[in-house]
Amino acid sequence: MTVKIYVPRDSAAVALGANHVAKALQYAIASEGYDAVIVRNGSRGMHWLEPLVEVETAHGRIAYGPVRANDVEALIETGLLEGKAGHPLCLGPTEEIPYLKNQTRLTFARCGVIDPLSLEDYEAHGGLKGLRAALSLHAADIVKEVTDSGLRGRGGAGFPTGIKWNTVLHARADQKYIVCNADEGDSATFADRMIMEGDPFVLIEGMAIAGLATGSTKGYIFIRSEYPLAIEVMNAAIGIARKAGVLGASILGSHHHFDMEVRVGAGAYVCGEETSLLNALEGKRGIVRAKPPLPALEGLFGRPTVVNNVISLASVPIIMDEGAEYYRDFGMGRSRGTIPIQIAGNVRFPGLYETAFGLSLGEIVNEIGGGTASGRPLKAVQVGGPLGAYFPPALFDTPFDYEAFAAKDGLIGHAGITVFDDTADMLHMARFAFEFCAVESCGKCTPCRIGSTRGVEVIDRIAAGIEPEKNLALAEDLCNTMKFGSLCALGGFTPYPVSSAMKHFAEDFDGRGKLEAAE
Amino acid sequence: MNIHNTISPSDARALEIAREMKAMEGPLLPILHAIQEEFGHVPQSALPLIARELNLSRAEVHGVMTFYHDFRAEPAGRHVLKLCRAEACQSVGGAALAEDLKRALGIDWHGTTADGNVTLEPVYCLGLCSCAPAAMLGDELIGRATVSGIQDAIKEAGR
Repeated sequence: MTVKIYVPRDSAAVALGANHVAKALQYAIASEGYDAVIVRNGSRGMHWLEPLVEVETAHGRIAYGPVRANDVEALIETGLLEGKAGHPLCLGPTEEIPYLKNQTRLTFARCGVIDPLSLEDYEAHGGLKGLRAALSLHAADIVKEVTDSGLRGRGGAGFPTGIKWNTVLHARADQKYIVCNADEGDSATFADRMIMEGDPFVLIEGMAIAGLATGSTKGYIFIRSEYPLAIEVMNAAIGIARKAGVLGASILGSHHHFDMEVRVGAGAYVCGEETSLLNALEGKRGIVRAKPPLPALEGLFGRPTVVNNVISLASVPIIMDEGAEYYRDFGMGRSRGTIPIQIAGNVRFPGLYETAFGLSLGEIVNEIGGGTASGRPLKAVQVGGPLGAYFPPALFDTPFDYEAFAAKDGLIGHAGITVFDDTADMLHMARFAFEFCAVESCGKCTPCRIGSTRGVEVIDRIAAGIEPEKNLALAEDLCNTMKFGSLCALGGFTPYPVSSAMKHFAEDFDGRGKLEAAE
Repeated sequence: MNIHNTISPSDARALEIAREMKAMEGPLLPILHAIQEEFGHVPQSALPLIARELNLSRAEVHGVMTFYHDFRAEPAGRHVLKLCRAEACQSVGGAALAEDLKRALGIDWHGTTADGNVTLEPVYCLGLCSCAPAAMLGDELIGRATVSGIQDAIKEAGR
């Protein structure tokens, strides 16, 4: 029987040498004439073990990692093709690795398991069941199912997905659109990238269901240009889906029409903001629009438009397949279902961990993440990307929940976590937050455009020891102005990292430069 | 007057790209991407032609082209090296790596090496935050980047 060997083609795995490993394996197979085939799957999300090679056996898949190209020969000699445990890199059955075993994988159930571009593989692992269920329902009933599931926007804002869909469903227009926001620009986030590279059909299925639910016939996936592999895989998957009749004039043989295409961003962080993204899609500068009108009523080309994050849309198929209740039963409070937490930065076990809402930040960082990679004391974690707050270990009892984080002046955002050890200088990180905002501001509103640059200057004065108390108060005041006066989350949330750094790490803002300044 | 006799071959090609793609919904970004893909930059002399083709003002096209970090008005070096400056990369020494790399290449951000081989651009997140610091040379992804690792990749990419 032909042995199946899995070598991820996920960007993170490739960045760590997966292509070289695949090549070495291919060479060994060809030169020795082994009866084996290499499948380029997505990543399982255990990135410290990448490239993670798996071999299919009668007893399930056996994992080896992290594998380098020059390990391949020894691995084969010690029985890799039979799934033997003779090599120190053997990790045993993949599904038994605690990091993976303890997860609740709903959205990422197939990621890393299947061949991303095999529709047969996708269907064999439960794919298209959600779309088939949706095709048997009225639009309003699909919307009700999604509303009842409690699914909230996973891009960061946390707005109930079903309510957004309902607005679009009831809007009247000759054309409506489904826009998938795949402009995943937040540092420490890679869930969108992983699902697009590892299970692209689930996103296509989710978008098709959104089309059925709202009467939209055209979809766009706006992917950032920094993700060349995700762009390639999504384009290929759309072509396959179209050929198989999953997309097109007659979805799965029904009378419903839905098609979609990929559009590529051009390196502007602000285009992750939905109205800026719509302008980019229209071929304009990515300037933020004032709301109202809501995109749900006047979105792309002025038509009613659903704008959803990749993970929100990719979570819809399982909801339609298993039912709203099944999904809603996971989680806590008003945060229902699961969330793919992305653990990154200076951490021992970085990767993607999908679990129900409600774990404490400390559990995520210390128990799952294993603390710092450097082994030095942990100083801070930033939750929610460059616009998220810095949390000190004193707040590690905060449960991973939209409301609980808001209550601590933070946000979950797209659920990315960056870990910093004690070498981090929080004044520098606060300055970087302002600097980043200045580089990426679209320029439309004054608090963001001017405030970010003034913010850098104020922090520089604090660093130089120039009237630190007065300048700290000024920075706080500036944060307030930006928070309440900015048009979108870029200017409005930049104060989160700045204020939290000043509040929780005051010792880094004590005007150490005082002596130099006095000289 | 026949305008086609007066424009350069590259502008004629840019115009052809614009004509091929203008039936798309919102065609300007895809057109600019396609032109940059072909020439390595967006020749500024092509902007008025694109504007006329799409029935836009020259200012609008210029505004779009300059708004997005990706589009460049001048050719880059043979290889564009993007180095991530974002938080996750900073948490594992990204800032020091950037300084060391700039020194090793003898250039600052946006600069091109004297031999025209490498242009260094900052980038804010490549989605490789779990194997930071991260870099991208052309389309080649580099995780847990070091100066020597990046220099090896540059050598391998050739001249």
